[in-house]
Amino acid sequence: MAPGARPSGGPGLLARLRRDPRYRPAVAALIAIVLLVLPFAAGGLGSAWVRALDFAALYVMLALGLNLVVGFAGLLDLGYIAFYAVGAYTFALLASPHLTDNFPALARAFPGGLHTPIWLVIPLAALFAAGFGVLLGTPVLKLRGDYLAIVTLGFGEIIRIFLNNLNSPVNLTNGPQGITLIDPVRIGDWRLDRAHELFGLHLSGLQMYYFLFVALAALSALVCVRLQDSRLGRAWMAIREDELAAKAMGIHVRNVKLLAFGLGATFGGVSGTLFAAFQGFVSPESFSLMESIIVLSMIVLGGLGHIPGVIFGAILLSIFPEVLRHTVGPLQEQVFGRILVDVEVLRLLLYGVALVLIMLYRPKGLWPAPQHGVARTPGAGR
Amino acid sequence: MSAPPPLLRVAGISKRFGGLQALDGVGMRIGRERIYGLIGPNGAGKTTFFNVITGLIKPDSGTFELDGRPYQPEAVHRVAAAGIARTFQNIRLFADMTAHENVMVGRHVRTRSGALAAVLRTPQSRREEARIRSDAHDLLDFVGIGELGHLRARTLSYGDQRRLEIARALATEPKLLALDEPAAGMNATEKVELRALLERIRARGVTILIIEHDVKLVMGLCDEVTVLDEGRVIKEGEPAQVQRDPAVIEAYLGRAHEAP
Repeated sequence: MAPGARPSGGPGLLARLRRDPRYRPAVAALIAIVLLVLPFAAGGLGSAWVRALDFAALYVMLALGLNLVVGFAGLLDLGYIAFYAVGAYTFALLASPHLTDNFPALARAFPGGLHTPIWLVIPLAALFAAGFGVLLGTPVLKLRGDYLAIVTLGFGEIIRIFLNNLNSPVNLTNGPQGITLIDPVRIGDWRLDRAHELFGLHLSGLQMYYFLFVALAALSALVCVRLQDSRLGRAWMAIREDELAAKAMGIHVRNVKLLAFGLGATFGGVSGTLFAAFQGFVSPESFSLMESIIVLSMIVLGGLGHIPGVIFGAILLSIFPEVLRHTVGPLQEQVFGRILVDVEVLRLLLYGVALVLIMLYRPKGLWPAPQHGVARTPGAGR
Repeated sequence: MSAPPPLLRVAGISKRFGGLQALDGVGMRIGRERIYGLIGPNGAGKTTFFNVITGLIKPDSGTFELDGRPYQPEAVHRVAAAGIARTFQNIRLFADMTAHENVMVGRHVRTRSGALAAVLRTPQSRREEARIRSDAHDLLDFVGIGELGHLRARTLSYGDQRRLEIARALATEPKLLALDEPAAGMNATEKVELRALLERIRARGVTILIIEHDVKLVMGLCDEVTVLDEGRVIKEGEPAQVQRDPAVIEAYLGRAHEAP
């Protein structure tokens, strides 16, 4: 049997579409058309839906970043949202009146206020988050599994608690009130939060953000795919599969793990920056443990380590609450005449049920990496 | 007249686990392009010795020299870089990666591309990647599982997993290939095939150190053997010589009820 040859019957339609290079341009074009039309279709339903799409794209970036750490390198990280916070606060501090209001010296130095362009802050936040990633990675190099999860969870909480309390003695983060009046994304003279006419189309601010976020999410996916199919990606997977054997193959496990933490954190930092600009407001409560868990759920639900699955999981779980809001509320009012169960409560309940069902019936996620082949001889090893 | 220095020269290796002196001043010289056997009854310290020279266990004392250069067995990944590759008694493949990918991982230590080159797909990294792919294919062919490259390692048969582990080790371009009981669990046909494979590996200029319980295989295959017992070298030499040695016979037969 030639390599790559498959027994007759073959894989499903989806797998064929994905693998056969002849279909690739058609599939790519289809995805592009859907992505282009989606914000207009959603805009017709209401701006809440476009907003949900914007967040979906942000979550895709976050999930892809976390997948580098958890999916590829096999390092369970429950504090990932801390890097998102680092990125968000970096932009919030560098592009809002907060610092100039609190530090007269800075106000004198920047009479026009601090308005660092986001294109400068993104690389800065990426570096900064990567630094935090390495900082987290260094003490946990020897930890695995549960122990690693606990320490990373603690790290995430430490960052949040710092943000919550760094309003005295020096007001750096404005504590639980958060930072407001953050600059929006600007491209030249454009403010992305305003509506624009483009190619004869009317685009709302949310739709403008949508295109930016989707472009960046696509770029993130490309980076992840390339990392996966590289010497580094294989080293990550080797460590995930068997750390000792990986060492015996000459892989410098410490450095390779730190790279996973650092690169994964970079994605968090960049998406955090975008989040701050998009919202115009950040506060510590956006970066709770629950957020880390939601991002982790996205990649586990979608298919740990499988990039299309991870993207799918992120979209599914970020759109789902919106769907719930628009169906369950009205449904309850129709049936009972009032709302019995709050949508937020129901959402968490359904997440829990979904994860239990996934673990029972599809432990590798809804869209796992394709399985290659079967044993040549019967009774082969496990 | 000076003989060429041995490929591996280790001396005075001691290792104590609590109350057990697992290795007690063990030394070994392995000549180039030889197949060198390490035998001894269960608990003699063979695997400990293996783990020490490949960096998995830190010795209490000992000197280590590979190819005339001292090496530090403290960092496992550096042992591989220095030129010693190993397989494991209980096969340790990257189970969820394909056979081909397993061997590609083996090329890691001899290649360079980093994260940035991977993301940008620089021409240099692309060339290197293509090279890694074809080298891995060649090695799979060499060990005789060339047509199984696309299968996940866990789905291979036991004998093929052993071959894959050897291919992966060879991918690191070792000077010394250390095999921990490669014939364990193999049937007679597979053992014959293994022997042929090991001889082909030696023909490529790789020296082989092998731990093996199957005395018949060792005697037929090895150029030289060292016998360990209770953490000490009790005999070394050509197989035929060693086989007749009373101390060796006692070590094995004197406690035959302990032997496998």
